[in-house]
Amino acid sequence: MSRDQRIMHILLIGLNHKSAPVEIRECLAFSPEDVGGVLPNVTGMPDIKEAMLISTCNRVEFLVVTENASGSAQEIKSFLADFRNTPLHEFEKSLYVREDDDAVRHVFRVASSLDSMVLGEPQILGQIKTAHRLSTELETSGVILNRLLHKAFSVAKRVRTETGIADHAVSISYAAVELAKKIFDDLEGKGALLIGAGEMAVLALEHLVKNGVKRIFVANRTFERAVEVAERFKGTPILFKEIGDGLLDVDIVISSTGASSYILTYKDVKPLVRRRRNRPLFFIDIAVPRDIDPDINRANNVYVYDIDDLKGVIDKNIEKRETEATKGDRIVDEGVIQFGKWLEAQEVTPTIVALRNKAESIRKKELAKTLSGTKSISEKERADIDRLTISICNKILHDPTIFLKRPGRWDKRDLYVNATRKLFNLDENGSANENGQD
Amino acid sequence: MNDVWLMLVVGFCLLSAVGYVAYLFVQKRRIHKIASMLLWAGFISQTILLISQCMDRGNLPVHNLRETLFLCAWSVAGVFLFFQIKFRLMVLGAFVAPLTTGILIAASMLPGESVATDPTLKNIWLIPHVVSIFLGNASFAVAFGLAVIYLIQERQIKGKKPGFFYRRLPSLTRLDSMGYVSIAIGFSMLTIGMVTGAIYAQLVWGRYWSWDPKEVWSLITWLIYATLLHERLAVGWQGRRAAIMAIIGFAALLFTFFGVNFLLEGHHESFTRL
Repeated sequence: MSRDQRIMHILLIGLNHKSAPVEIRECLAFSPEDVGGVLPNVTGMPDIKEAMLISTCNRVEFLVVTENASGSAQEIKSFLADFRNTPLHEFEKSLYVREDDDAVRHVFRVASSLDSMVLGEPQILGQIKTAHRLSTELETSGVILNRLLHKAFSVAKRVRTETGIADHAVSISYAAVELAKKIFDDLEGKGALLIGAGEMAVLALEHLVKNGVKRIFVANRTFERAVEVAERFKGTPILFKEIGDGLLDVDIVISSTGASSYILTYKDVKPLVRRRRNRPLFFIDIAVPRDIDPDINRANNVYVYDIDDLKGVIDKNIEKRETEATKGDRIVDEGVIQFGKWLEAQEVTPTIVALRNKAESIRKKELAKTLSGTKSISEKERADIDRLTISICNKILHDPTIFLKRPGRWDKRDLYVNATRKLFNLDENGSANENGQD
Repeated sequence: MNDVWLMLVVGFCLLSAVGYVAYLFVQKRRIHKIASMLLWAGFISQTILLISQCMDRGNLPVHNLRETLFLCAWSVAGVFLFFQIKFRLMVLGAFVAPLTTGILIAASMLPGESVATDPTLKNIWLIPHVVSIFLGNASFAVAFGLAVIYLIQERQIKGKKPGFFYRRLPSLTRLDSMGYVSIAIGFSMLTIGMVTGAIYAQLVWGRYWSWDPKEVWSLITWLIYATLLHERLAVGWQGRRAAIMAIIGFAALLFTFFGVNFLLEGHHESFTRL
């Protein structure tokens, strides 16, 4: 193994709302149940040491630690294609690959919500925490990823407290409320139906309720959850098959189920328009894959917005927050540099360990040789000699160790590590074992 | 004296139109306030002008196209200002104020020798007839403006590409219900106008209805708006369809009001006489 280059590479490969349309994101999204099956597969690939997977409505990203960045990128790509049974060329253009500092920067930006569809939206940090927890439970993340993620959390916290991004964090739900106001003018007394009671949908409903929405219906596959959410908003839980009738009573529908095909199609909604006496009906589809057939938008006085459509409404707010985002990026860059230093120091450690191991093995061997020849010395004297040799070794190795840890110029560090290994012949006699890498 | 006064009216309305259009772009409440005040100034000074003309001649000044158009501009501005007090609908001014100004300028370029000698025009029933018809038409004009704005806003929302107008235009529901109110007012006014017109015809010509083209076309217009209102109440016609219907109704109205006079003949020809 060559020691004069970075050994461990951080590699990020994925797609998000900017790089891929909702159809492709739908196709590649992973459920939490999937992750358990996927991650061990990824860490099973040659060269890959650690892995985690972030999959939200807006992004699917693999974050791995590997010894061979380009090889691993290729393997993950073909794994994705196999896993989803989709030819690679259909989505390869949507994928981005980031390495080392760029990958670290990307993770920090995502965690800080600087890369979100809705700049500054708070949900992403929680989603990343969940993804990280999953990977630790599966034991696919190790020292480097754990450190990287903890750093990401602290960077995100700094960005949130030191910039104004979170202050005017307009989330998807906020955008949806704005739109609803452009349709209904006043939301006072309007009715809403929640299909699927995911966290995001509940958040959107909360926004609507704050703006005066009153009659609330909740439909969910597991009825218990529907009851629970309905109670929270003093609403009515309904069964999935009652959705059609539910649509007659409400003005706004928020859908966020995990269903793999449309829950409502044009044919379902078209006859309702007349029965509703043409009152406007607004569908907010925050599910990926989508729940509401976009064709429904064609019906009279019916409006369907999916998550990508909402993006178009949000974009107008971006300009205002751009200066705050610059500030956020500066904080992210600081974090990237700090993490880079830590990572590089990690690579020094094996050399130091190897050096110490070599000294220790020489000391033990020589000590044994000397002491076995002399029988006249007491137990106490033996202990003193032992301590003496340890002390000599430590004193000799102290300066090289300090030097290797802080060589003054970081860009020369690889050179010194290399020289040290050659000088002490650490790579040939087996004392530079691979255990040292941790 | 009249000419100077008229210049003042046109000036106020023109500045107000500039203000309302500027408001559409800049969205500063102050600009809206100034524009609104200017329109009030224009409306009040035109009202004074109209009253003085009425006093001079003893009847309403609607004896040639110039006078008719002036009265149109006055009623549109009046109805709009009434709406503005009742409802908060700032952008509508960007439609109404330029319309008023345009009508005023067009009217002031027309020849204006008005000699009302026809004795049939001196009848007490003529005044409610003319006033309600003009106010009704102005309400329909406002409804037309609202319908156009509705369609623009609906397009923005349906098309999911909110652009320049999305932020600036009011909500669909507001536009729709205001359109409904203005059509309801316009319809009532048109009905009153037609009834008083019939009474007037009975007094002057001895019959309520004489199948005059103006009468026939008024009936057609009346039926279009009646259908719109009926469908709205019966099956909840609203939104896009109602807006398109309001536009069709207004086209019929324009034809009734001007087209009939220019293309067909009848007993209303005096008011569009050049």
